[in-house]
Amino acid sequence: MHPQIKIAMKKLTGIILFLIITNSLYAQVIVKGKVTDNRGRPMPGASIALKNTYDGAVADSSGNYSFKTNEKGEFILSIVMIGYKSLEQKIIVDKETVVVDASLKEQLDELKAVTVMAGSFEAGDRKRAATVLTSIDVVTVGGGNADITAAIKTLPGAQQIGEQEGLFVRGGTGYETKQFIDGTLVNNPYYASVPDIASRGRFSPFLFKGTVFSTGGYSALYGQALSSALILESIDLPERSATNAFISPLVAGAGFQDLAKDKKSSWGVNYSYVNLNVYFNIIKQTPDYFKIPEFHNGDANFRIKTKSGGIIKYYTTFSYSRLGLRRPDIDSTDLKDAFGLTNLNWYNNLSWRENLGSGWKMNLGLSYSTNKDDIQQQLQNSQDQTQSFPDQWWLEAKNFTLAHRQDMSQLRAVFDKKLGGISALRFGSEYWYNYDKSIFNGYHTVITDNYNALFAESDIYITNGLAAKIGGRLEHSSLIDKSNFAPRISLAYKTGKDAQVSAAYGVFYQKPENSQLIFTHNLGYTKATHYILNYQKTTNDRIFRVEAFYKKYADLIKTFPDTNNLGSGYAKGIEFFWRDKKTFKNFDYWVSYSYLDTKRDYLNYPQELQPNFAADHTLSLVMKRFFLKIKTGFNFTYSYATGRPYYNFMLNNTGSKYTIADNGRTKDYHNLGFSMNYVSSIGNANAKTFWVLVASVTNVLGNNQVFGYNYSYNGQVKEAVVPPAKRFYFIGVFLSWGIDRTQDAINNNL
Amino acid sequence: MKQLLLALALISTAFAYGQSDRYADAMKKNLSMFDSVKTTLDFQNLSAAFERIGDAEKTQWLPYYYAGLALSTAGWQDEKLDKDVNAEKIKALCDKADEIATDNADKAEILTMRNMAFTQQMIVDPQSRWMTYGQQAGQALQKGMQLNPDNPRLYYLQGMSIFGTPEQFGGGKANAKPIFEKAVELYKKEQPKPLYPHWGQQQAEQKLAECQ
Repeated sequence: MHPQIKIAMKKLTGIILFLIITNSLYAQVIVKGKVTDNRGRPMPGASIALKNTYDGAVADSSGNYSFKTNEKGEFILSIVMIGYKSLEQKIIVDKETVVVDASLKEQLDELKAVTVMAGSFEAGDRKRAATVLTSIDVVTVGGGNADITAAIKTLPGAQQIGEQEGLFVRGGTGYETKQFIDGTLVNNPYYASVPDIASRGRFSPFLFKGTVFSTGGYSALYGQALSSALILESIDLPERSATNAFISPLVAGAGFQDLAKDKKSSWGVNYSYVNLNVYFNIIKQTPDYFKIPEFHNGDANFRIKTKSGGIIKYYTTFSYSRLGLRRPDIDSTDLKDAFGLTNLNWYNNLSWRENLGSGWKMNLGLSYSTNKDDIQQQLQNSQDQTQSFPDQWWLEAKNFTLAHRQDMSQLRAVFDKKLGGISALRFGSEYWYNYDKSIFNGYHTVITDNYNALFAESDIYITNGLAAKIGGRLEHSSLIDKSNFAPRISLAYKTGKDAQVSAAYGVFYQKPENSQLIFTHNLGYTKATHYILNYQKTTNDRIFRVEAFYKKYADLIKTFPDTNNLGSGYAKGIEFFWRDKKTFKNFDYWVSYSYLDTKRDYLNYPQELQPNFAADHTLSLVMKRFFLKIKTGFNFTYSYATGRPYYNFMLNNTGSKYTIADNGRTKDYHNLGFSMNYVSSIGNANAKTFWVLVASVTNVLGNNQVFGYNYSYNGQVKEAVVPPAKRFYFIGVFLSWGIDRTQDAINNNL
Repeated sequence: MKQLLLALALISTAFAYGQSDRYADAMKKNLSMFDSVKTTLDFQNLSAAFERIGDAEKTQWLPYYYAGLALSTAGWQDEKLDKDVNAEKIKALCDKADEIATDNADKAEILTMRNMAFTQQMIVDPQSRWMTYGQQAGQALQKGMQLNPDNPRLYYLQGMSIFGTPEQFGGGKANAKPIFEKAVELYKKEQPKPLYPHWGQQQAEQKLAECQ
C-alpha cells in the first residue's frame, strides 16, 4: 500500500473512531422547559418537537416538559398547541441540558371565542355555545304543532298569549316583535286571523338552519322592533333530492326538491291544501263556522352556489285562505256577529351571499310581499239575516267591510370585513317601501312610506375571552318625516371554561302602527331603551342561564284624547333557563321561568297600568324522550302563567276622560301539550322511504283557559275570551322518498 | 486501498441502514406501547410521538395514521374527552397522511380512521347528529371499500356499526354476522407489510362469536 494512502487510512479510521467516541461521550442532552400562555398560565398538552428529528415531548399538567436527545448541533424547537400560535425557536444542542421556556399567544378563534349572549337565544345546528335549541327541537316541542312561534314561547321572555298571534316579549306587545328572514323584514309572518283566535306562522321550521330569538339588546343590523327580533336564516342546499308528501284529516300536501348532481344548485316546489271540514265535524268548535277554514299554500325555491363560495337563494310562498264564523253578539241577546275573511298573501325573498376576497363578504337581499285581507262583518239575527241599527252606532259599527292591502318592498346590502384575527366590521343600508291601502265601508285610505336605514357595527375581540360589539343605526321614515339614531353596545366576558357574563345596552325605535298613522302623520318614533345582564354556563349537555333586564319605554302612542306620543312605560324582570340532556339517560328537558314587572300608559289607558298581555310569572317545562326500541318519541310541554289583568275602560259622562269601569285578573293559565312521533326508518342510512307518524294534542288536561274578557258597550255584560275549542288535535303522516346522490358523487370523484 | 473502499462501503451501508432502521425501530418501539399505555394523556403522548416521526420523515404516512389511531383509541375509552376536538385532530392527521399516501390500499386504511372520528362525533348526540356525522362515517367506509375491497378493518367497523344499531333499524346481531364473517375471512388472508396495521382481528372474531 502506498504510504500516503496508509496515512490517509489511519486518519480516516481516526475520524470514524473519534465520531463514534464523541457520539457516545456526549450522548443524551436533556431539553426541558415550561410552556405557558401570555398570562403565565401553564399549557398542558402543548406539543414540543425538535424539528426533523423524532425527539420531543408533550407538556404535563403544570406545563413542564423534558426529553432526551442524541442529536447535536443547531436545531429548531417547535412548540405547538391547538388554539395558540405555534412557536419555532432556534436552539443549539451541545450542553448536557438545554432549557427553553416558551410563552404562546392565543389564536383568536371564532368557534371558541366568547359571543354576546345577553338577550339572545340561538336555535340551529351550528356548533356554538349560544345554541340553545336545534332545528329538530323546534319541531318536537310537545303540542307545538311544528310552529316556530310555539317553540319560541317555551323560552324565557315570551308570554303565553292565546287570543292573538305574535310574540309578546318582556312587557312588549305582539307588534313590537319583528321577524326577519335572511336579513329582510317579514311584513305578515302569520296567517290572517280572526279576532280573539291566534293563528300560526306561515313559515315551516324546516326552511331554516338557524334561528335567533332576541329578547332585547340585539344588533344594529336590525331595527323597527321595540322589544324583540326573531332572526331566521334559511337553509342553503338541501342534503339530497327528495319527494315529500303528507296527509292528515286536516291537511294534504306534496312537494319535490331536486339537488343537482354536482351539488351546486337545487330547486323545489311544494303545495298543500288545508280544509277543516272533517275536523270540525269531529271536534265541536264553540263558534259557528259558516265558511269552514280552507287554505291553499304553495311555495317554490331555487338555490345556486357561486364559484367563490357564495350562494344565491330565492324563496317564494303563496297562500289563499277563506273562512267565516258566527259568534253571539255581546251587546244583545239574540244577535250574532258574522265575520268573514278572505286572505291572499304572496311573499318573495331573494338573497345573495358572496365572498369578495381579502376578507370582504357581501350580503344582498331583495324582498317583496303583498297581503290582502277582505273582511266582512255583519250583525245577524237568528235567521242569519243582516240587521241594521242606524240609531245605535255601537251596534251599527259592527256592520262593516274592510279591504286591506299591505305591500312591502325591500332592498338591503350588508358588507362584512374581517379585521386582524376575528374582529370584524359590518355595515350596510336598507330601504323599505310600504304601501298600505284600506277601504273601510267604501272609504279609502292610502299610506305610503319610504324608510331608509344606515347601520354599522364592529365585533372587537381583545382575546378569545373578551369581546365587544359596538354599533349604531340611523333611520329615516318619509311618512313621519323624522330621523333617529339608535346606538347599541354589548360586551361578553368569559369567566370560566364554559361560563360567561355578558351585558347589552341599546336604544330601539319603531314607527307607529299604520292603524294609528291613519289618524295623523304628525307622530314620532316610539322608543325603548334596553339594559341586559346575562350569565350563562354551557357544557355539552347542559345549559344554565340567568338574565336580568330593565327596559324603559318612551313616546308610546296614546289614542285618547287625540293620537299622540305621550305614552310611556317600563318593564323589568329576571329569567332563568335550564336545559339538561345528561342527568336522565335518553331524556331531554328544559325549564324556563320568567318574572316580569311591567306597567305602561298607552292607547286609551287612563293611567300607567300593567298591560293585559303581561303575566307576572311564566313557566315552561319541555320534556322529550325517544324510545329507540319502538322508534317513537314522546314530547310533553307544560306551560304555566299567572293570571293577567283585564280592564274595561269607559268614558266618563262628559266624554273627557277614560276611567277604569271594571278590572280584574284572569285565572292562572295551564297548558299541557303532548306530541308523539313514530319514525319508521331512523338509523337506517340506506332507507329509500322515510315516514313519520305524528300525533299531537294541546291542553291534554282540559284546563279552562281564559285569555281576558270582552265587555258590552254599556259595561253590563262581560264575557271570557276562550279558545274556539278546548283542545287541538293533530294526526298525520309525513312521507319522504330521498334520492341519495352520495354514491354518484363518490363515483364521479374517483 | 481495498481496506479504504471497504471501510467507506461499510460506513455508507451502515449509514443507509441506520436511517431506515432508525425509522423502523422508532415505529416499532412506539407501536409496542399501544399495549401498555392506558390513560388519555398517555395516548396523547403516544400520538405526539408518532406525529413527530411523521414530521421528521416527511414521506411516511404510517406515523400519522398511528398518531390518529392513538387518539381514536383514547376517544373510545374516555367518556369525558371532548370528542369534537379529538375528532378534528384525528381528521387533521388523516389529511396529512392522505397527502403522502398514493396507494389506493393505503388511502382505504386512512378512511378507517376517518370513519372512527365521525362515528365518535355522532355518538355524542346520535339523534341530532345522525344525519351529518353518521352519514359521513358511512360514506368513509363505502369509499374505503371501493378503494380496497380486501381491507378487513373496513368490514369490522361496518359490522360494529350494524351491531350497535337496534334490530328494528336494520341493525342487530343477525345483520352484523355476515359482515363480521367477511371481516374475519379477510383478516385471515391478510399479510400485512412490516409496520402496517393489522388491528381488529381478535375483536372481529370475538364479535362474530357473540353473533352466533
